[in-house]
Amino acid sequence: MARPSPAGGKRARGEREPLRELKGKSEASHVPDLDKLIHERMRLAIVSALAATDTLGFNELKDLIGATDGNLSVHARKLEDAGYVVCAKRFEGRVPKTEFRLTSAGRRALERYVDHMEALIRAVRDR
Amino acid sequence: MPVPIHAKAEDNLRFIRETMERAGSFTAVSGWGQVTIGGTALLAAWLAAAAGTSDRWLALWLGEAAVAVAIAMATTTWKTRDHKVPIVSGPARKFALSFVPPMVAGALLTLVLVSRGEFALLPGTWMVLYGAAVVSAGTFSVRIVPFMGACFMICGAVVLLLPQLGNIMMAVAFGGLHLAFGAAIARRHGG
Repeated sequence: MARPSPAGGKRARGEREPLRELKGKSEASHVPDLDKLIHERMRLAIVSALAATDTLGFNELKDLIGATDGNLSVHARKLEDAGYVVCAKRFEGRVPKTEFRLTSAGRRALERYVDHMEALIRAVRDR
Repeated sequence: MPVPIHAKAEDNLRFIRETMERAGSFTAVSGWGQVTIGGTALLAAWLAAAAGTSDRWLALWLGEAAVAVAIAMATTTWKTRDHKVPIVSGPARKFALSFVPPMVAGALLTLVLVSRGEFALLPGTWMVLYGAAVVSAGTFSVRIVPFMGACFMICGAVVLLLPQLGNIMMAVAFGGLHLAFGAAIARRHGG
């Protein structure tokens, strides 16, 4: 079954689009494309939290970022579809456990996003 | 008034840093550190069983406490460094501030009980107060940490009711619980 695409658009892997706000300005050419998939706050929180630890369980991640069950499921699925996060399901006795881990693609995406934010700040300061 | 784009970028970077700090501190408790502490506690329990006098028994366990603190601090520092998270962050401070008061209470009660010669009450007091420290500090960590604290409190309650089990329960709690929970934390939470 086809899954909904990340962020509601057609781009599923590494969604990016030019940063329109800076177009036409002198430093715009130095600012990389914005990854809109992790620009959304909840998804940025998921990726950032997983970047600081190896794995986090569903409830741990939920508590950490202050999400609801449904919210976390939806946003984690979008990140999973994009290959940024892997989700492992297992049973502890009869209790199902879900664990999330950041992929190397997800880590690179976060690094690119941080670079992007730093480039934006530099672009404005250097003007 | 619209927020300038560089201010938004700075806010996003701050958000990432704070989330990473929170997550890093969240799992900063080193599982391998706990396993090591469990091992040294089992050794201390074995030596303490043959200590002969209460003073020697006390000295052995106070020595073990000092070793455990050093191991915990070193392994937590290594783990946070591995995860590139600053050890002195907001969540880490909250963890420390929640952990320290029950430990200070434990130190004061130790002084009082030792001065009155009530050595048999020490194991239960230590377990209950260490457990309370772990439960309260563990609210800022992964769920397994407060659960471990609750197990210490249960062991403490048992040994307060049955003080003759003191040294055996010290081995079970400070040795066994640290080994078991440490291994689980190491396996599931990155070392």
